[in-house]
Amino acid sequence: MTSPNPAAKRSFAQRISGERIVLALAAPVLAVVLSVAICSVLLATSGKNPFDAWNVMITYATKSDGQVLILNRATTYYLAAAAAAFGFRMNLFNIGVEGQYKVAALFAAFVGAQVDLPAFIQIPLLLVTAMLIGGLYASIAGLLKVYRGVSEVISTIMLNAISVSIVGLLLVPGVFAPKASSTSNSIQTDPVSDSSHFFSIPTAGGDLWGFLFIAVLVGVLFQFTLTRTRFGFDLRATGRSESAATASGVNVKKMVVISMVVSGAIAGLIGLPELLQNSYSYGQSFQPGLGFLGISIALLGRNSPIGMAFAALLFSFLDSTGSQLPLKGGFPFEIVAVMQGTIVICVVVAYELVRRYGLKRQQQKVGAQLAAQAAATEKKEVSA
Amino acid sequence: MANHDINLTVRTGTVHALMGENGAGKSTLMKILYGMQRPDEGTIAINGEQCEFHTPGDAIARGIGMVHQHFMLADNLTVLENVVLGGEKLHGIGARAKAKIKEISDQYGLGVRPDALVEDLGVADRQRVEILKVLYRGAKILILDEPTAVLVPQEVDALFDNLRELKSEGVTVIFISHKLHEVLAVADAISVIRRGTTVGDADPKAVTARQLAEMMVGAELPSPENRESTVTTTEMLRVEDLRIAKTDAEGIERVVLDDISLRIHKGEILGIAGVEGNGQAELVEAIMGMLPLDGGTVTLDGKDLSGTLTRARREAGIGYIPEDRHKHGLLLEAPLWENRILGHVTEEPNSSGPLLKPAAAREDTLRIVRDYDVRTPGIEVTAASLSGGNQQKLIIGREMSHQPKLLIAAHPTRGVDVGAQAQIWEHIRSAQREGLAVLLISADLDELIGLSDTIRVIYRGRLVADADPATVTAEDLGTAMTGAAAGHLESDPEAVAEAQAVAAEGTEAADQHPHTDTADKPQAGE
Repeated sequence: MTSPNPAAKRSFAQRISGERIVLALAAPVLAVVLSVAICSVLLATSGKNPFDAWNVMITYATKSDGQVLILNRATTYYLAAAAAAFGFRMNLFNIGVEGQYKVAALFAAFVGAQVDLPAFIQIPLLLVTAMLIGGLYASIAGLLKVYRGVSEVISTIMLNAISVSIVGLLLVPGVFAPKASSTSNSIQTDPVSDSSHFFSIPTAGGDLWGFLFIAVLVGVLFQFTLTRTRFGFDLRATGRSESAATASGVNVKKMVVISMVVSGAIAGLIGLPELLQNSYSYGQSFQPGLGFLGISIALLGRNSPIGMAFAALLFSFLDSTGSQLPLKGGFPFEIVAVMQGTIVICVVVAYELVRRYGLKRQQQKVGAQLAAQAAATEKKEVSA
Repeated sequence: MANHDINLTVRTGTVHALMGENGAGKSTLMKILYGMQRPDEGTIAINGEQCEFHTPGDAIARGIGMVHQHFMLADNLTVLENVVLGGEKLHGIGARAKAKIKEISDQYGLGVRPDALVEDLGVADRQRVEILKVLYRGAKILILDEPTAVLVPQEVDALFDNLRELKSEGVTVIFISHKLHEVLAVADAISVIRRGTTVGDADPKAVTARQLAEMMVGAELPSPENRESTVTTTEMLRVEDLRIAKTDAEGIERVVLDDISLRIHKGEILGIAGVEGNGQAELVEAIMGMLPLDGGTVTLDGKDLSGTLTRARREAGIGYIPEDRHKHGLLLEAPLWENRILGHVTEEPNSSGPLLKPAAAREDTLRIVRDYDVRTPGIEVTAASLSGGNQQKLIIGREMSHQPKLLIAAHPTRGVDVGAQAQIWEHIRSAQREGLAVLLISADLDELIGLSDTIRVIYRGRLVADADPATVTAEDLGTAMTGAAAGHLESDPEAVAEAQAVAAEGTEAADQHPHTDTADKPQAGE
C-alpha cells in the first residue's frame, strides 16, 4: 500500500486533514453535549442536582468493576450495531436484528445443550449455528424484497413479531426446554455443555468477556470488507446511488439478499456473549431490545466500525452507570433512556446539517482553488 | 445560467406553444412562471398587472395552473378526492365539490368521472384529471409541460380537442413541447427558446416545420468537418429484432421498442436521432442489460450478450456515457478515485481478485485527471464539487481507460460548456480512429451530423429512417424525427452545402473565441 508517488502521499495527507476530522466529530459531540444539557434541565426541574447524578455515573465508571461491566455490555451492543450498520451501508433497513438474534440465540442454546464436543470444535460450531440461523431468518426479508417487492422495513418488523412466536412455540418443556421443569417458574433451555463456555479474562473488577475479541474481529472484518473488497465497493455504491450502481453493473437484487444474510449472520452473534459467558442458557430472562439499541448505536456511530465502537461504549456507559443512579441518591433510572433518546435524535439532525455544510463548503473550496489556478496560469501567459 | 433575456407575450384565450430542445431552458422558465423558482431579474405581468410569485400558491391565486409532465395524483384515491385535495376550502369535499367537478367537466368536454379510482384510469384520463384539478382551483392560465410525451396519437388528438374547447371558453394555454407537427396543429402562437433565451416568435399559419426546426436547432455550434472515413468492415455490435413492450393499467400495450435492428462496425459512429422519449433511453438500457428484453438479441464482437447481466457486458467491452450522469454515471458524494472505480470494479487497475487496489486506482485517477484535463484540485474531492463538464470528462476518461470495443454515448455533451464539448468530441473521434465502435445518441442534430458516419432516426420505438450525414441537413432530420418522413433521407445537395458552409463558419468563429479552452489543443479532425 506504500506508494513513492508524491501525489499519492499528498492525497493521503488530504484525507486525514484536520477539517475532515472536525467535521466528522462535530455532529456526535454536538449531540452528546445537547443531550447532557437537556437531561440536566430535566433533572433540575425534578428537584435533583444534575451534577450529583453525573458525578455518580462518572465515579462508577472510574472503578474497575464498572469498567468491566461497561466493556462486557459494549461487546454485545457493538455486535448489534454492526449487524444493523451492514444493511444501512447499502440503504437496506434491517429493523429485524431483534428477531434474528433471538431465534439465533435460541437455536445456538439448544445445539450447545445437545452437543458436547471439544471446545475448539464446539465453540466454532455454536458461532456458525447462530450466524447461519440469523442469516437464514434475515434472508426471508431479503428474498421477499427481491422477488415480491416487499419493503424490508415492513417485513423485518413483522418477522420480529413472528420470532417471539417461534421462541414461544419452541421454548416449551419437551421441545427445547427440559421436560422435567425445575422448580423455578421461568422456562429456559438446558444449560450449554461446559465445552461451550467461552474464555474470559479475570480482572480485579470481575471477568472480562473474551467475546470482546470476537466483536473487535467483526469490526475489523466489517471495515476490511467495505473498503478493501469489490463486494464492499458494490455495497457502498448501491447505498450511495442505486441507479448508478445498477448502471455500473452491480446486480442489486443479489446484493440485497447477500447483505441481508450477512446482516442477519452478524445479528446471530448478538446473543452469544450472554449465552456463552454469563447465563449459559436461553430463557425468558434473556435481554430483549438489543436489536433496536443496535440501530441507535449504528446511527450514532455513523455506520462506521470505529464510530460504532465509541457509540457502543457510550451507550454501555450510560446503561451500566445509570443503574447506579437509583441506588446512590435516588435519581430516576429513566433519565438514561431520555439521554439515549435525545442523543439519537440530535445526532440524526446534526449529521444531516454537517453533511450538507461539508458538501457545500467543499464545492466552494474547489471553485476557489480552480479560480486561483486559472488566475495563476493566466498571469504566466501574460508575462510570457 | 439557465435563462437569460427571456421575453414572452401570451395573449388571452390562445394556445401559445413554447418550443425548444431539451435543456434549452423551458422547464426553468415554467418554474419561474409557477413560482417554484425566483428570477434574478425581470418581471412578470398578468393582464397588465405586475406580480411576484414566491410560491406556487401565489401563482395559483393569480389564476395560473400547471399540469406537470409527471402526474401528481394519489393512485389510491378517487378523482373527486384528488381534485379537492389541498383545495378543500373551495367547494367542500362532498356533493358540492362533486357538482362543481361535473360542471367543469361538462363545460370543457373533459368527460371526467368523479367517483372513479385514479389507479383504474389510463394515462390520458389521468391527464384530464390533472387539467380539471387546476381549473377547479380557478386557473385561467394553464401551463402544460410536454403533455403529449406520454400519449398515443389518438389520445393526442383528443387532448387537442380539449385544448380548443378550453381556448373557446377563454382559458389561456401555454403548451410546452418540442414536437413540431403537434405544435403546428394546435398552437395560435409559437415562441422558440434556445440556450436559455427566446430566439424568436412564429406564426403557426405562416411557418413551416422546417423553419421551426431551424429556429430550434440553430447553427451556432462548431461542427462537421470532412474527414477520412475510419469505418471498417468488421462488425462490432449487432442488434437484431429488439422488442420491449409494457402493458398499462387499461391493458393497452405500449410498445417501447419494436423491431430494432442495427449494426455498428469497428471505427464507426452510429448516430441515433430522435425526439426525446421515443425509445432512445430504453435502447441504451437494453444494450447495457439494464432492461429485460421481450425479444431480440444483442451481439458484441461475435459474442451473444442477450441474456447476460450488465457487469458481464461491461467486462465484454461496452463503455457507457450515460444520459443522466448524476443518476447513472457518478457517486456524487464519493471522491473522484472511487468514481473512477465505478463500473469497472472487476477490472485492472481497480482490483485483483476479490480485493480492491485503492492505491492503484488513485494513481490511475491522477492519470485520467491529467490526460482528460479534468479541472479539479485533487482526487479526494467529491464528484459533486466538480462542474458538469469536468464530471463528464472524468466519466469519459474512465470509460476509455478500459479499451472498450463499443462506446455508448448518450448526450455526451449535454450541459457541458463549449470548451469541454470540443474536447469530448475529440476524445470520441480519436478513439474511433483506433477502431472503437460508437453508438451516439444526441438531441443536438449538429453534433449528430458532425460526428456520425451513419444516422438512424428513431420514432415511437422504431428505427424509421436512415441517412448519410454528408448528404442530409438538420432540417430534414428534424422532419423525420417527427415521423413525417421515413426511409432513406437525402437532402437537396445545395441545402447540404449551404448548411456545411454555415457550420464551418461557426467552427471558425468558435476557434477565434478567446475564452475557449481548446486554443492550445490540436483541433479535431485535421
